[in-house]
Amino acid sequence: MADNGQLEVSVWRGDSGSGRFESFRVPAEDNQTVLDVVSWIQQNLAGDLAYRFACRVGMCGSCAMTVNGTPRWTCRTHVKKVARNNRLTIAPLANLPVIRDLATDMDPFFARWIGAGGRFVPQRTRDDPVAPVRPDSPGRQAADAGIECINCGVCHAACDTVAASPDYLGPAPLQRAWTLVNDERHGARGAVLAAVSGAGGCHNCHSMGNCTAHCPKELDPLRAIAGLKRATFLGAFGKEI
Amino acid sequence: MMRPHRNHPLWFAFVLHRVSGLALALFLPVHFYMLALALRAPERLDGFLRWAELPLVRLAEGGLVFLLAVHLFGGLRLLALEFLPFSPRQKALAAGAVSAAVLVSGLFLLSAV
Ligand code: SF4
Ligand code: SF4
Ligand code: FES
Repeated sequence: MADNGQLEVSVWRGDSGSGRFESFRVPAEDNQTVLDVVSWIQQNLAGDLAYRFACRVGMCGSCAMTVNGTPRWTCRTHVKKVARNNRLTIAPLANLPVIRDLATDMDPFFARWIGAGGRFVPQRTRDDPVAPVRPDSPGRQAADAGIECINCGVCHAACDTVAASPDYLGPAPLQRAWTLVNDERHGARGAVLAAVSGAGGCHNCHSMGNCTAHCPKELDPLRAIAGLKRATFLGAFGKEI
Repeated sequence: MMRPHRNHPLWFAFVLHRVSGLALALFLPVHFYMLALALRAPERLDGFLRWAELPLVRLAEGGLVFLLAVHLFGGLRLLALEFLPFSPRQKALAAGAVSAAVLVSGLFLLSAV
């Protein structure tokens, strides 16, 4: 166990191919996030430590890492909440290639957003009047449930299906697909359903709910994917969206 | 060691459903084979039925009924989860109603036997 007032922090150094955990001693503070700890190490002990962050307030989604085995947004994870015996183990996000140290390559994650038909297709131009969407319409409410996603990749790292099948689109892209299916302004709603019903699509999901249990924004990708399963199932019997 | 990100009820439900499904799939061929004996080799079936009276085998039968029940309810749970767009509150109410119904009907069943 580390000394009082000190944290014993193991940090992954290396890339996908090889690497090891390196130990650092970091002064414990009353108010300290995991990202503060990583920054302190980089500023004082290991200037070449690679990691990623931007907003530090839980908006940009760039700071996710594996903390004591669990994927988390580090800028809003209090050390006191996760440290065991003043120890922290910090590794890069799982299910993604590691560029170096704590920085993962997010390209495969974002490629899945495109794969799930996640690109918005407008039906109007900037010269047309804004499309009216009633806030209390069921579609708007269903879309609302998923639009606060910050693309942090925590759910992607927590999902065992992503880990087991490289083709699986994963929780966040599928949740994005569900918001677009429910967005009456979207010009390619049928194409979204086609994109998510093939190999690697929503029917791969085992409803184990790791995604929902870990999403720092308390979103519910599991529920969104269930919506896609329902829509594609009913679609097979000719029901239009 | 249990990976921490799996430590929640839905993940356990997923594993229970998988494991019970696999166990039942392994059991089914044996089940059909035994049924076939009734037509093809009745005397061997009789021998088997005597063996099935052993206490340990009776206990294993209990396990089988447990697996069936778990898999049945696990399947109903998945169908409800994926086909009924319930809100969390509605889900809690539905689960409560089903548990109450099982409890009440179970009590009736117990007093009937
Ligand atoms: S519910 Fe589906 S998407 Fe979420 S963790 Fe499980 S398999 Fe992955
Ligand atoms: S759904 Fe949640 S965990 Fe997944 S990327 Fe979006 S904000 Fe992160
Ligand atoms: S640094 Fe932006 S979400 Fe953590």
